[in-house]
Amino acid sequence: MSAVIEASGISKIYQMGEVEVHALRGVDLTVEDGEFISIMGASGSGKSTLMNVLGCLDHPTSGEYLLNGRDVSELNPNEFAEVRNTRIGFVFQVFNLLPRTTALDNVELPLLYDRTRRIEDPRAEAVAALERVGLRDRITHEPNQLSGGERQRVAIARALVNRPSIILADEPTGNLDSVMSLEIMELFGELNAQGITIIIVTHEHDIAEVTRRIIEMKDGAIIRDAVNVGGR
Amino acid sequence: MRLRNLLKIAIKSLTRNRMRSLLTSLGVIIGVGAVIVMVAIGQGAQADIEAQITSLGANMVMIFPGSSWSRGVSHGAGSQNRLTLDDADAIRERATLVTAVSTEVRVNAQIIGGDSNWNTSIQGVDPEYQEIRDWYTVSGEFFTERDVRAKAKVAVLGKTVADNLFPGSDPVGERIRIRNTPFKVVGVLEAKGQSAYGSDRDDVVMVPSTTALYRLAGGRYISRIFASAVSIEVSGAAEEELTAILREEHNLEPGEEDDFRVRSQAEFLETATETSRVMTLLLGAVAAVSLVVGGIGIMNIMLVSVTERTREIGIRLAVGARGSDVLVQFLTEAVVLALVGGTVGILLAVGVSVFLDRVVGMTTIISPAIVALAFCFSGAVGVFFGYYPARKAARLNPIDALRYE
Repeated sequence: MSAVIEASGISKIYQMGEVEVHALRGVDLTVEDGEFISIMGASGSGKSTLMNVLGCLDHPTSGEYLLNGRDVSELNPNEFAEVRNTRIGFVFQVFNLLPRTTALDNVELPLLYDRTRRIEDPRAEAVAALERVGLRDRITHEPNQLSGGERQRVAIARALVNRPSIILADEPTGNLDSVMSLEIMELFGELNAQGITIIIVTHEHDIAEVTRRIIEMKDGAIIRDAVNVGGR
Repeated sequence: MRLRNLLKIAIKSLTRNRMRSLLTSLGVIIGVGAVIVMVAIGQGAQADIEAQITSLGANMVMIFPGSSWSRGVSHGAGSQNRLTLDDADAIRERATLVTAVSTEVRVNAQIIGGDSNWNTSIQGVDPEYQEIRDWYTVSGEFFTERDVRAKAKVAVLGKTVADNLFPGSDPVGERIRIRNTPFKVVGVLEAKGQSAYGSDRDDVVMVPSTTALYRLAGGRYISRIFASAVSIEVSGAAEEELTAILREEHNLEPGEEDDFRVRSQAEFLETATETSRVMTLLLGAVAAVSLVVGGIGIMNIMLVSVTERTREIGIRLAVGARGSDVLVQFLTEAVVLALVGGTVGILLAVGVSVFLDRVVGMTTIISPAIVALAFCFSGAVGVFFGYYPARKAARLNPIDALRYE
């Protein structure tokens, strides 16, 4: 097993006027290939900030972050964009799909920005990704014609489409009812079984129980990191 | 990102706000339309002026008698008249760059004809005069070379004279008296209207040059010699050739001043053309201001659009778009907006010029060059005014953009 994520001493300090807010205080985290992890914690515990740093949406104030063995903490904006595009799939609580745009077009989006390879048929790849999340018959629907669970599936398909090494999901079930939430977790479980590394942020225990490793955060630091024997 | 995808996204987001896009384009539509219509009117006016000058005979070269000087005092044009019929004959024989030559002898006289009389200018000319001035008869015939040789007492009337002496009837065949000499009317000239200086060019009676010189003026010297250059391009060279011939004819030593003046219509045409060209430029420049105003409208709407779509920009950045991708996307929208405006503006301008031409009766000329220029300029307006909003979009931070409410 090789490490997908090796982060050490990650800290993030926001300047809010006169006050310095320490969102992350020296977090160390190693994630092996194929892991299925949930990060728990109260709001303000720094879990979303950690996700943003791991997802290359934000630079840490200090610390070292290796993604697939490559140091990504000092990349310039264009290299950062490329990492987001090809290495990481991000899933948000509020779905963040383009409105009035079909599921297919939404899923195709990351492929249009990919400069690392020549994509013969982006349409076909997008359809394949939608198939993996079970939305083959919904590809021409726009977000407002889909249920919350379906929207999140589209967002997951978009995260999958460029074959990233890891999927980061920031409270993916936060806007869904319990039935849909379980369906989404089921889907994450299936994808993990296919070999994709997944980290989800949640504050619901029954969601976290599905994963094999649970990390708890408080005040910008990891306070518990344990294997969940009951996870899949 | 491929151009096809860029255009697809741009058109999609523009058609989402149809009314707004239309109103934004309207600024460019009016700007481009105004530029093209104004220049079309200017060029139409220019063509009108050229046509008017050409109607005087564009290739025409005129020779006037020179002015004499005695003890430093000029006696004015014609004070030293040495132009003769022989000069005209010399030009006819030796000049190679002119096709037709006519003398002109001017006499003012009272003429009597029909039931009334009229004071007008009598011009003694040769038959070639018709060709040189591009001025022909509408009724009857012009007099001939034989009439000139015979000093025949025949006359051709200008429209004004004919209307005054013989209102409502064709004067051909009628008799008139000029200074008590009876003349037979052989033709009536077509109407030429006012000259560039406002005088009535139709207030004239033409008789053979010899008749005017020997029977009416009673002198040796003629008023002017007219010639027609082979083409408008050689009229300058023709001027020089005629000068050389006349200097020799008048036995002028090198260094001695000309005792005559040669002028070509081409010079006059050049001045008039230059004037209307400046006018066209001015009209176009004023209209271009409205195109710039249209560009500011685009900038305004693009700024609103960037703010409204902050979340969309955040999503694109989060899935891996570079700042430059976002920049190009918004720039494409601005350029599409401007080019659509430009295209509609061109169509509108064509419509307006056709209307002015057919209905109002104004000459308008739409040149392909100005249409191409206006189109390119509208594209440039899109790039120029779209750049600032697009750059603003490209500099957004993905996390802040995603959180934007």
